[in-house]
Amino acid sequence: MSSYILKRILLVIPTLFGAAALVFLLMRLIPGDICVVRLGSGGGSFDPRAVAACHAELGLDRPVWLQFVDFIWGFCHLDFGTSMWSGKPVAEEIAARLPISLEIAILATIVAISIAIPLGAISALKQNTWLDVFVRIFAIGGIATPSFWIGILSILLVLDISSAVTGRPWMPPIDYVPIWKDPIRNLSMAFLPAITVGYRYSAVSMRMTRSAMLEVMREDYIRTARAKGMINKIIINRHALKNALLPVVTVIGIEFAFLIGGLVVTEQVFNLNGVGRLFVQAVQNQDYTLTQALVMLTVTVFVLSNLVVDLLYGWLDPRIRFA
Amino acid sequence: MRFHMPTAAALAAMLAITSAAPAPASDQPKRGGILTYMIPADGGPSLDGHRETTYAVLHATAPFYSVLIRVDPNNPASTTDLVCDLCTQMPKPTDNGLTYTFKIRTGVKFHDGTPLTAHDVAASWRKIVFPAPGVTSARRNNFVMVDQIEDPDDTTVIFKLKFATLSFLPALADPYGFIYSKAILDKDMHWYEKHIMGSGPFKLESYEIGQSVKGVRNPDYYHPGQPYLDGFTAIFAPKQAVRVDAIRSDRAAMEFRGLPPSARDQLVKELGDKIVVQESDWNCGNVLTPNNSRPPFNDVRVRKALFLAIDQWHGAPALAKIANVRTVGGIVFPGSPLAATKAELQKLPGYWPDIEKSRAEARRLLKEAGQENLSFEMLNRNVDQPYLIVGTWLVDEFSKIGVKVTQKVVPTGPWLDTMRKGDFSVALEANCQNIVNPIADVGRYLPHDRYSENYAYHTDPVQVQIYDKMLHETDPVKARVLMREYENQTIGVGAHQLMVTWWYRIIPMRSYVKGWKISPSHYLNQDLANIWLDK
Repeated sequence: MSSYILKRILLVIPTLFGAAALVFLLMRLIPGDICVVRLGSGGGSFDPRAVAACHAELGLDRPVWLQFVDFIWGFCHLDFGTSMWSGKPVAEEIAARLPISLEIAILATIVAISIAIPLGAISALKQNTWLDVFVRIFAIGGIATPSFWIGILSILLVLDISSAVTGRPWMPPIDYVPIWKDPIRNLSMAFLPAITVGYRYSAVSMRMTRSAMLEVMREDYIRTARAKGMINKIIINRHALKNALLPVVTVIGIEFAFLIGGLVVTEQVFNLNGVGRLFVQAVQNQDYTLTQALVMLTVTVFVLSNLVVDLLYGWLDPRIRFA
Repeated sequence: MRFHMPTAAALAAMLAITSAAPAPASDQPKRGGILTYMIPADGGPSLDGHRETTYAVLHATAPFYSVLIRVDPNNPASTTDLVCDLCTQMPKPTDNGLTYTFKIRTGVKFHDGTPLTAHDVAASWRKIVFPAPGVTSARRNNFVMVDQIEDPDDTTVIFKLKFATLSFLPALADPYGFIYSKAILDKDMHWYEKHIMGSGPFKLESYEIGQSVKGVRNPDYYHPGQPYLDGFTAIFAPKQAVRVDAIRSDRAAMEFRGLPPSARDQLVKELGDKIVVQESDWNCGNVLTPNNSRPPFNDVRVRKALFLAIDQWHGAPALAKIANVRTVGGIVFPGSPLAATKAELQKLPGYWPDIEKSRAEARRLLKEAGQENLSFEMLNRNVDQPYLIVGTWLVDEFSKIGVKVTQKVVPTGPWLDTMRKGDFSVALEANCQNIVNPIADVGRYLPHDRYSENYAYHTDPVQVQIYDKMLHETDPVKARVLMREYENQTIGVGAHQLMVTWWYRIIPMRSYVKGWKISPSHYLNQDLANIWLDK
């Protein structure tokens, strides 16, 4: 098991290097110039000499290969430099946004797991009943509906209902306060995005739980357990569900990684100052350093999530642990 | 300034209208409260106003700084009314208009407690006008007339000009002209890119990156009684839907850039007398830019035909129902004394009163140029208000003379990049200025070799000659005559570029917000000193 983990960790290095080279190249292939965007996007006059000064300041007047060497060297030292847009250290920019993205990701995952596993299991156990049909419609609805659209609708719904009930329209706060400073304000901002993202997320996991459960319930060892006279609750909880969770854990792991940096539109809809919104800004502003760092962050989160999923496999299935 | 009535009479009755007139005695300012407003953008680049051009920086930082002169906060709709902020009296130029001497207020303190003197004012303006190598100054080219800036004592700043010009004082009222501490600048010219420390009505409480800015009242502010607010919170909110919902639910009282007509109507309908709306012509306009160096647009007949196809007089009012545009104008902001009258405009291609006659002439010109089956791609920016709406309308207008146009919509970066490379046929761009300074503002229509950010890529020595004469003219009447010549050369004779409707600024705000008056630019009157809350 330990050599397996070591191999997986060593594989991370070329993966990250490849991603770094690719993002460096792709960013420079996109037409545009951060200095012109910064000085000219407002439509006003600006001094052409300011563009040259800006290029020199950001090091964009140096050969591309030298910029690449600098980037890789900094990356090896875990130094991603400063944002070309704000001039602030990239680490500071990301650190300011990471807590809210992480919080939404965790809350959405809790929402998703709370809905997906019980409903998926029930749906499988009550196959082809009205309950199964209802759960499947609920799940397909979640997969088919974009979460940002649910987000917009949920805000309007909250506004209209609060207006009708209290006479004063209410919506979640639009500025983030850390949970340790003001838990109520924090959660009142986070609950709607967590539910809207969690619903879509749960729909995918629910479908997976259902199909895995159906497959496991037809296995020989389940039949054997039944033949031995084991009570149904133990068969489901100890033998069926635990084995059915293997693919579900994979889906949850991948989805969680996606939520860090992937909630681009949802963060816009709820005015969440998260990593996804930062990602869009960085690309729009052609902020090379920040985009590169964000891509590396996303790749790292994906790689680590997969690593955690693999480790969980070992816990869920002893055959993997002992192989 | 114009106040717009919403469509339905019932809504009109609910819409409380504020005016630029002085407040009645019963409506005297009250002290206290926190104003929450939104900045319709993601966080700006650096915090240094001298270096940046986006309003996102100005809306976040202007309340912390003083400026030398500014538009009158009690009459910001005026395009000519400039008043002192840090100076004691607006100077009369001496030495045949070559010297402006400003006396600086005494007793003004920076937020760190150090005194603000003329040396700080001079150091700040030297940074803007004569930036040191490695220091970016975005609007440096507005000050080509400045020769020297002197600070002979603690209370005097003298601007010496190379030539007298009407554009100097408006340029000096640049809302980005923040006064910084000389002591700090002497140590580090880049310090203000990451820090805020001024002498304005509010002191910095916190700046959360990309999230919000908070300020608290400066008790040592030098304008008596101001600011009225205890503080403010500015929240960055780029999505329009979020901003509208936030105003509706009173999460925020307003934003200062401008919302489209549909958002205004929705808020007025839902909030009734809890909302007021201020509206004004906006010192921004779309510009139709044919690439004068690329066939067939290197033929003046083809460019003129495009202009003649556009029915601005009927199109602008229709567009005003769905977009932030309203007024038909020439190259000068319509509210300025230097702007063309309707009669003057109607002589230019693109403004003829008889659209059928205009389009017949367009077809004739195309035929003469051998371009009867002209088709091209029009470059546009992927910004809904108003670029895409105006662009779509233009496509339809061109089709009425048989010209087939495809609209190519790209994000800001590639849009600017394509224009800078000259790799386009026709582009829809914008001219958006802060203080109304017509002579400086129209400099952007000069040829590319004189004004490098003009993407029409034309050459026109006559146009340059007229501009230079106008820049050196100090008689407003003569300047107006020269402006007409310049406008005619730009749109009529050369058909280099065409203004396509001026933008219209619509600010719906919670009715408890008082004291703030709309101006023709979202860059102006943003220090919040005269705002008070009637809650």
